[in-house]
Amino acid sequence: MATRTFRVWRGDKDGGKFVEYTVETQPGMVVLDGIHRIQAEHAGDLAVRWNCKAGKCGSCSMEINGKPRLSCMTRLNTFEPGETITVQPLKTFPLIKDLVTDVSWNYEQNKRIPPLKPRPREADGNHRMMQEDVDRVQEFRKCIECFLCQDVCHVLRDHGKHDQFVGPRFMIRLAQLEMHPLDTEDRIPKIRKEFGSGWCNITRCCTEVCPEHIGITDNGIIPIKERVVDRYYDPIAWFFKKVFGGSKT
Amino acid sequence: MTSTSSAASIGGHERGFAATHRSDKWWVGPVLTAAGLTLFFGYLTVRAFQGTWLWANPYVSPTGAPPLFTPTSGYAGAIPVSHAWLGAFPSWWPKFIPQSPAFFFPGLAIAFRFTCYYYRKAYYRAFAASPPACAVAGAPLKYRGETALLLFQNLHRYALYGALFLLVCLWYEAFAAFFKNGKFGIGVGTLVMVMNATLLSGYTFGCHSWRHLIGGKLNCFSCDGASKFRLTIWKKSTWYNQRHMLFAWLSLFWVAFTDFYVMMVSRGVITDLNTW
Repeated sequence: MATRTFRVWRGDKDGGKFVEYTVETQPGMVVLDGIHRIQAEHAGDLAVRWNCKAGKCGSCSMEINGKPRLSCMTRLNTFEPGETITVQPLKTFPLIKDLVTDVSWNYEQNKRIPPLKPRPREADGNHRMMQEDVDRVQEFRKCIECFLCQDVCHVLRDHGKHDQFVGPRFMIRLAQLEMHPLDTEDRIPKIRKEFGSGWCNITRCCTEVCPEHIGITDNGIIPIKERVVDRYYDPIAWFFKKVFGGSKT
Repeated sequence: MTSTSSAASIGGHERGFAATHRSDKWWVGPVLTAAGLTLFFGYLTVRAFQGTWLWANPYVSPTGAPPLFTPTSGYAGAIPVSHAWLGAFPSWWPKFIPQSPAFFFPGLAIAFRFTCYYYRKAYYRAFAASPPACAVAGAPLKYRGETALLLFQNLHRYALYGALFLLVCLWYEAFAAFFKNGKFGIGVGTLVMVMNATLLSGYTFGCHSWRHLIGGKLNCFSCDGASKFRLTIWKKSTWYNQRHMLFAWLSLFWVAFTDFYVMMVSRGVITDLNTW
């Protein structure tokens, strides 16, 4: 029977250490299976957050060999035979215990975002949207809120700008609302000032780690930055808007 | 079976430049990027300051095209005065600055590439180590993002306007390369110049600012005929945008190669195969 050694960080906000566990493995196992086997056979008090085990709930985010990943979607056969797998909690959020972090800061950011403000209903009482108008924003709705993008974003991870930058997950939430064909709310001033679009320097790590393969940078953040440019940094657009008027189109 | 290792910082996340638990060769990407950018931009910068061997009738190097002024003497392989928009360099041109046509319109390409959303990622990672790679700690410098000194990056769309103008000029030069002394024909250099304009088109029409301006800024693609047309070109631009990095590198390489080819033909080192 094959075995695999895991190097798991154990501890809480006051400190801790890496502990190595060796467990038996079967073909098809993922890292989360290994963690569960460690729980069952060696460390019943090992804390790990998980739920669906299908890559759709976003609960089991952790750092595996230094990369932010979903542990339920990371197969053991993607590592070299005999390679020790290092497992850590997310770096960007406060640690609770072992592999579990407090991600509630993200939910607080979501509350700050002005919600959809739809235009008035049509004469028959309905809202109508054409498919080609919603195709673009449907990509953003694939987000499972695993917060891997938030974890890997160096603005939050290395520079701790939690009070100035809302992070990539909420930049695409803002993009989703701003591009919505029914929406009438103007969030551009807040995107620039309060949500800190200028803090992102487009290094695309958020896109690289997204398990849903959302084009966070190209389809979400950059288009939002361009809309901020329209409003604040483009004198020609500003002139045309003053002369000919402008509205959310 | 368990064994313990030494104590570590909270969560096991070490601090300090380039600290990471990544076990892959994460440094290969930024090293190759830095090497590539240094090589190609270094070569083109040297060629821009040389100002020589930019012309091999009917081929003109993209380093000097389109030529606003051209030197009349002292620069071997210079672009003919008749081909320059405003003729010879003016007499008041400072002697300590080389008489190179690269200092005018071709400079627009520098602004376009420098503020490009792809190149920003490339050089922020490769040269500023901000961060050098994903989940690898960056340089211990004060970080302001693009909120202070780098606010100028927001002017990328103006660099795009310049690049579009330059692109039209390079297509003109590519078509002009089918005619030598008024006679139609084709040479390897013609194909090199057409490929140069083609790759630059692929790069330019995948630009994020272009994609935004031609349709991305709209929320309603179905509202009228103009919006539907803009949706069509937005979708086409999206195809190029998804390959923006590829076209950025291919076009950069080919600009340097086109210049090199024209220089070699101009110096007589190689003979251009052609129908003339």
